[in-house]
Amino acid sequence: MTSSLSGLQSQFMGAFFEESFESLELLETGLLRMEAEGLTSTDINDIFRAAHSIKGSAGTFGFQLVTELAHDMETLLDLFRAGHLVPRQSSIALLLSGVDALRQVLTASRDGGQADHAAIAPLRQRLQDATREDASAGAEATEISPSAATTPLGASPPVSTPVIESPSLSPWIVSFKPNADLLRTGNEPLRLLRELTSLGTAQVETDFSRLPEWDDIVVDDCYLSFTVRLIGAIDRAQIVEVFGWVEEDAKIEISEPVQLAPILKGEAESPALPNEARPSPAPHHPRAPQATAQASEVAGEAAGQTLASVRVGIDRIDALMNMVGELIITQSMLGELDDDGPIDAKRAARIREGLSQLARNTRGLQENVMRLRSMPLSVVFNRFQRLVHDLAQQLGKKIDLTVSGQNTELDKTVLEKLGDPLVHLVRNSLDHGLETPAERIAAGKPETGNISLSAIHRGSDIYIEVADDGRGLDTDRILARGRERGLVAPNAQPTESEIFELIFAPGFSTNEVVTELSGRGVGMDVVRRNVRALGGSIKVESVRGKGAKISLRLPMTLAIIDGQLIRIGDRPFVLPLLSIVESLQIQTSRIHPLSGGCDLYRLRDELIPMVEVGALLGIDMGAAKSGDSLLVIVEAEGERLGLMVDELQAQQQVVVKSLEANYERVLGLAGATILGDGNVAFILDVADISKLIRKILPKGRTKNAIGRSVPTQTIAV
Amino acid sequence: MEERVFTQQSGRQVVASEQFLTFFVGKEEYGVDILRVQEIRGWSSPMPIPNTPPYIKGVINIRGDIVPIADLRERLGMGTISHGPLSAVVVLRVSQGSRQRVMGIVVDAMSDVTNVNADDIKPPPEFAAHDGASVTKGIATLADKMITILNVDEIFALSHGVASEADVVA
Repeated sequence: MTSSLSGLQSQFMGAFFEESFESLELLETGLLRMEAEGLTSTDINDIFRAAHSIKGSAGTFGFQLVTELAHDMETLLDLFRAGHLVPRQSSIALLLSGVDALRQVLTASRDGGQADHAAIAPLRQRLQDATREDASAGAEATEISPSAATTPLGASPPVSTPVIESPSLSPWIVSFKPNADLLRTGNEPLRLLRELTSLGTAQVETDFSRLPEWDDIVVDDCYLSFTVRLIGAIDRAQIVEVFGWVEEDAKIEISEPVQLAPILKGEAESPALPNEARPSPAPHHPRAPQATAQASEVAGEAAGQTLASVRVGIDRIDALMNMVGELIITQSMLGELDDDGPIDAKRAARIREGLSQLARNTRGLQENVMRLRSMPLSVVFNRFQRLVHDLAQQLGKKIDLTVSGQNTELDKTVLEKLGDPLVHLVRNSLDHGLETPAERIAAGKPETGNISLSAIHRGSDIYIEVADDGRGLDTDRILARGRERGLVAPNAQPTESEIFELIFAPGFSTNEVVTELSGRGVGMDVVRRNVRALGGSIKVESVRGKGAKISLRLPMTLAIIDGQLIRIGDRPFVLPLLSIVESLQIQTSRIHPLSGGCDLYRLRDELIPMVEVGALLGIDMGAAKSGDSLLVIVEAEGERLGLMVDELQAQQQVVVKSLEANYERVLGLAGATILGDGNVAFILDVADISKLIRKILPKGRTKNAIGRSVPTQTIAV
Repeated sequence: MEERVFTQQSGRQVVASEQFLTFFVGKEEYGVDILRVQEIRGWSSPMPIPNTPPYIKGVINIRGDIVPIADLRERLGMGTISHGPLSAVVVLRVSQGSRQRVMGIVVDAMSDVTNVNADDIKPPPEFAAHDGASVTKGIATLADKMITILNVDEIFALSHGVASEADVVA
């Protein structure tokens, strides 16, 4: 089988890696849950299944190392599953390092790198040792806690362990009756039989009785059934394992040797393998779409790279198909009207009706396509279980992680870029926010600290919060540090929020800062920059001694934004609606001219720099100018600017197109979009505009420094 | 990219020849590797990009893609003319580093598709060290004319001016 596949291998390789990483993720989550909540039969079966599927597919693709390691892990897991032993902390840790090793080997193979094979052998040895040790200790464990595992493997589990042979020379009788559709699920009975016969000496009888007349044969139905008499030192689990993939698609009866064939029916329906949980290899068993999408995404995340493909639930595709169907109906309805003849009132009404239907269809299509790009946040949240688990152990802290809102969906591109900032935040909380158990008790708090990750969807934004009940931000220290670095004037008395703002200063917190508060700032500037790059914002709240909360607001998608169309000179531009604070008519009396090219506009009690965007962008304003301009007050990075524009036009959703795709980034522009008339309009990047001003002005604060065609007006800072 | 068409000549000798799409800028004829050409369009006024070199005329919308347009005449340092209905835009597939981009050039008029033997393409003269030098890949001498073969990837030298510092900020 393996050799015959070699030609096709590369074709399936991608799928193999994706599936394996999915399984690893399942394995990891399952193990962590097992550690936290103890053994449950569903969990252990999920985990076992995941290990098994890695082993199986790795075997098919000839990854010897992966197969062997997965096999050892599986053996240990099987002992848990059979209730022969109760999982201990140490064995779970061992399994987790197995997961890491597998992931490392698979990642290396996928990226063509070299895996650290040397680490595998000792790990396998330890796994095998654990299997033996635990197996001997396990007999008692079964006695003590029979409820620990809900006997998945039938009525009489052999007392011996799988690794220790139990010689028995009377044959196992295995009856294997595939359902008619077995072949269509991608399974091959011959392969199963071959695998079965490899276990020992076997005699296979084939039952042709179900074979219909020639004319009635459906070529991809399976009509044959088999009875195998198997002699050898074989464990029941080994036989069950062979049929692992096909339990649902066949009737399998396994009779134990020696005993007089007490046929164990219903093995296939045993609770050991709940349907939903098994990663079936068959393509026509669509898994729960979310779980699939999420798991495959996780695989990519774990490897730290962007996925080139998304798996999408069939329901979403169907919904899309429906929308397209409606679109076609609308199109044909409008098409019918497109023959000769005058456009009378009746016709006009029909056209109008068609147009509104078209608008509805378009909106529907848009929503549906967005859903295709959406992924649940659990994709990102899931990895924190492990992170928190590991770091807590490392730091000697007791920490619970509470996750909520993980089903909130977010655009895939946003999600991919969200991982790192969140890791930063959670690490900070863990490392610096939460106290050690001793400190917590001294502070009169429960010994175990809590970190909560939550997400909530409001309007077109997603709010994500990372909160802890640790010591909170130490404002005194931050302020002291800020003074030291000259970020705060010596005699200034900043407000609390101004102090919090300090932690976002680039390089504010590194090792040189007092350790206790350092973490609060480690890379906070980077976090904020990443969040802003996603069009979001970040907020810090903290109560001394009670904990800190960091909230991120993120747009659901980057692909479509709400835009305000404006005109500057004779050109249309789009301003992101989110960045606009307000728009007003310029009143000359409120302009405070400043020498050196700056005008300020007095708005209530604030002085706002006025920016002549047209000049900044090198637009020839012609003779037309500047008395009746409008001022659009925008805000970016905490800074307000008044942009002078000539006209405010419609507000509409615009599809953001990258300029970098075919050109390069242009300072001042966030991208481009295509307007209803097919023309291109640029989307202004407000944060960039203030950079642009700074870039241009220092070159000599003259008006001529600004651009090619400098009109009479001024550029402000 | 360097796919070649082999043509049988005079019974024996096989000479590699390439096809070039040729066009006029002023009185000179220029050619680009035809395999790099995505399409040829009529002139439509592009939306100017702020703070870019003057030879970048702006961007146009080609079926939903934002495509920058360069004025070849200005790029080659041959002055400026205003473009009208006779001007044509040659849309090219350009590779820069590992990236593939689609970009257009405005030319005065289209000419022909010409087969040129590889042997007939001579490197550009050394002394032509003006701005257009790196853009020129070679000069093809045919029986009745000369064609300047352009290096498609060099027409748009990116990361100049303002944009270069954008990456630092971003």
